Amino acid sequence: MHIVSILLILAGTFFFFSGTIGFLRFPDFYTRMHATGKCDTLGALFSLTGMAFYNGFSLTSLKIVLIAVLVFLTSPTATHAILRGAFDAGVEPWTKNGKSVIDGQVRRK
Amino acid sequence: MERFFLANSLILGFFVFLCLYRVVFGPALFNRLIGASVIGTKTLIILALMGFIYGRIEMFIDISLVYALLNFIVTLAAAKYLQRKGAL
Repeated sequence: MHIVSILLILAGTFFFFSGTIGFLRFPDFYTRMHATGKCDTLGALFSLTGMAFYNGFSLTSLKIVLIAVLVFLTSPTATHAILRGAFDAGVEPWTKNGKSVIDGQVRRK
Repeated sequence: MERFFLANSLILGFFVFLCLYRVVFGPALFNRLIGASVIGTKTLIILALMGFIYGRIEMFIDISLVYALLNFIVTLAAAKYLQRKGAL
């Protein structure tokens, strides 16, 4: 049983690692959000599931699984809210040649 | 097993410091905001691991639950505020 929890927590740490690298290396706000929004959700889910496996069958494990479900529901919602706020506030996406890809009519005010 | 948890939480603390670079030197306000959100998620996991290290997981998991709720509410409130106000 400990092997399963060690593997799950290591998988979660790997996802946190890749999310951090993407957060540091990507060129603009939207791509950084892409890295952190996915990797943090999956990392937290894997790590909390591994801890629940380590703890065994008890009320505390139920609470840990509850936190995992909460993170799995709320983290994409928060990501979506920040992205929508940034798009309405006028943050431009990064392009390779520097041209804007957003038409002025598309953005709703 | 406690040594594994300790090493894992140290690695996560190192990742928190890497994310802190974006929070301090980030080009705009939104990068700082998602940096704070990411650090909150990592802190959640570190708190649960600390509960296993100290052997009092049934107390630390409640703190972790409150931290998850607060992180979500802070992120939503900041996103709504900045959506109305525009990028500073």
